[in-house]
Amino acid sequence: MADKKKFKNPLSLQIDPALFETATDEEKAQQVTMRESVSFMKDAMRRLRKNKMAMISLCVIVLIALIAFIVPTFYPYTYTKQDVTAQNLAPFQYSAKEQMKIDKGQNVFPHIMGTDNLGRDYAIRVIYGTRISLLVGIFSALIVIVIGIFYGSVSGYFGGKVDMVMMRIVDIIYSLPDVLIVILLSVAIKDWVASSKSELIARLGAGMVSIFIVFGLLYWVSMARQVRGQILSIKEQEYVLASRAIGAGPSWIIRKHMIPNCVSVIIIIAAMQIPSAIFTESFLSFLGLGVSVPMPSLGSLASDARTSLRSYPYQLIFPALSIFLIVLSFNLLGNGLRDAFDPKLRN
Amino acid sequence: MSSKMLTYILKRFLMALLTIFLVIAITFFVMHAIPASPFSSEKAKSDAVIAALEAKYGFDKPVTVQFWNYLVNILHGDFGLSTGWVGNTVMELILGGFSYSARIGFTAGVIAIVLGVILGSVAAIRRDKFLDKIIQVITTALVSMPSFVMATILLLVFALQLNWLPSLGNQPGGLVLPIISLSLYPMAYVTKLQRSSMLDVLGQDYIRTARAKGVSNTGVIFRHALKNTLTPVITYAGPMMAYILTGSMVVENIFSVPGLGRLFTNSMLRTDYMMIMGVTIFLATMIILMNFLGDILYKVVDPRIDLS
Repeated sequence: MADKKKFKNPLSLQIDPALFETATDEEKAQQVTMRESVSFMKDAMRRLRKNKMAMISLCVIVLIALIAFIVPTFYPYTYTKQDVTAQNLAPFQYSAKEQMKIDKGQNVFPHIMGTDNLGRDYAIRVIYGTRISLLVGIFSALIVIVIGIFYGSVSGYFGGKVDMVMMRIVDIIYSLPDVLIVILLSVAIKDWVASSKSELIARLGAGMVSIFIVFGLLYWVSMARQVRGQILSIKEQEYVLASRAIGAGPSWIIRKHMIPNCVSVIIIIAAMQIPSAIFTESFLSFLGLGVSVPMPSLGSLASDARTSLRSYPYQLIFPALSIFLIVLSFNLLGNGLRDAFDPKLRN
Repeated sequence: MSSKMLTYILKRFLMALLTIFLVIAITFFVMHAIPASPFSSEKAKSDAVIAALEAKYGFDKPVTVQFWNYLVNILHGDFGLSTGWVGNTVMELILGGFSYSARIGFTAGVIAIVLGVILGSVAAIRRDKFLDKIIQVITTALVSMPSFVMATILLLVFALQLNWLPSLGNQPGGLVLPIISLSLYPMAYVTKLQRSSMLDVLGQDYIRTARAKGVSNTGVIFRHALKNTLTPVITYAGPMMAYILTGSMVVENIFSVPGLGRLFTNSMLRTDYMMIMGVTIFLATMIILMNFLGDILYKVVDPRIDLS
């Protein structure tokens, strides 16, 4: 019977149900997963995961962050504790006093990176310096994101005269030499910070406070420019018009339509900002304008190491290596994010 | 030159002047917000002496009057008297230091651009080949190294360990290491810029046309591509100037070069406010003018760029 039907008319479009079998539940499920939409975010994350260098960098950053924030909680030495009997020890070297303790059978935690000229354990100082670098990077990114998005979206959304005035301001801020202003400010507020009632400000030091002030005043301009450009093009889209037609206000449109469409630009610029912020902080600390003593920073550690560079080169190598690793990882991750979120910008 | 271009140049120039004025204003008012007088830190001075000193340096007048006087003096090339190096004017000290810094900075900048353009072009031409990968790894490493790390490591390796070059700037050949340490970062940056711009140009239709007409590979690169790849490098001139000038503060300290950067850090140690203000304004003006020139050159070189 089935055979007969099959050859009745080879051109017939009539479908023979006997030739088909019903789909199993498993096959149906397969169809469902295939139909699942691939959102922009997921697509970008997939591209990022494929990028080996970026993923390795991300792992290195996470690892460094874990070390910087967890190790000090249980580490037997502190960054301030001085020991005159254990000055300028080489890595894994013990002082005479510590050697005596070991001979007696006591446990002495090794100085993994040796000690500095005041007998402070160097490893914990490098770890604290790393912590400062990471904090500066993350906070600067946050400042840039918050101010840049707000400024850029307001300027782009309202357009016209408002936009022109706001963008002229951005142009001027953009051409101010930021490092010089950070230096100027940190010189100016040094006394004020040293005598500050707030313990946090006093501990951060003039350099750090002025870094954050200057980030807040100057660093967000490239973010604001990019966000504005993005908003200007999104503004012309039909779905925004539709949204406005059913009564959505500016704040709703900015929050629900424009910012989500700016995410890629925001992520890329913020990631690029982190290494430059870390650079600025270490540069200032190297000049002696960064965190206040005894708090170490990678820049000030490298600066201190200069006085005895010939005898104890490792005191330079460890902080130098540490800052290199941090900035390199953030740079590579930033490149990966740029490639993943904006395929047009590749190369 | 079209009138559109002239308007653009004029607009950009006024903008640069406004920015310079703003820098002067910020510098002046930030420094004047410091409660301490520059003379109060020095020991054992009677109030009368301090008052006399303040009158001599003009610190007893209202702030707005002082600002106006300061502005007028700057326009006459007078940044006031140094309090840290008594007997010198700020301008003399700045010019003295600048002669060193300019020499180092200019050489470093030229090296950075020439090597960067060559390396970047080579990387783009040999795209994804071994040479390209090597260049990419090196440039990525170099842009991740702060100037002080670069300079101290060069000092450690080439001056202290290998003894090939002197560690101090005033010895013969002593400027080689400072120049190298200042040029590496901008060189790496120019290489990156040049690589992507060369890749972009090599993908253009007119390059394919030239190749189709039988122009040799070197002919395509030197006669058709290279000229058009240089625009992004030109825009980097301003930021590079900023990097070299601020980087010189660190590098000149490490190698003991008596340049402007070292003068600046020393004036901070001596709390010489007139000097700090003078150097800040001087450096900022250089950077802003360089940015201005870079922008103008960029538009002149590439007429496709929209002026509006």
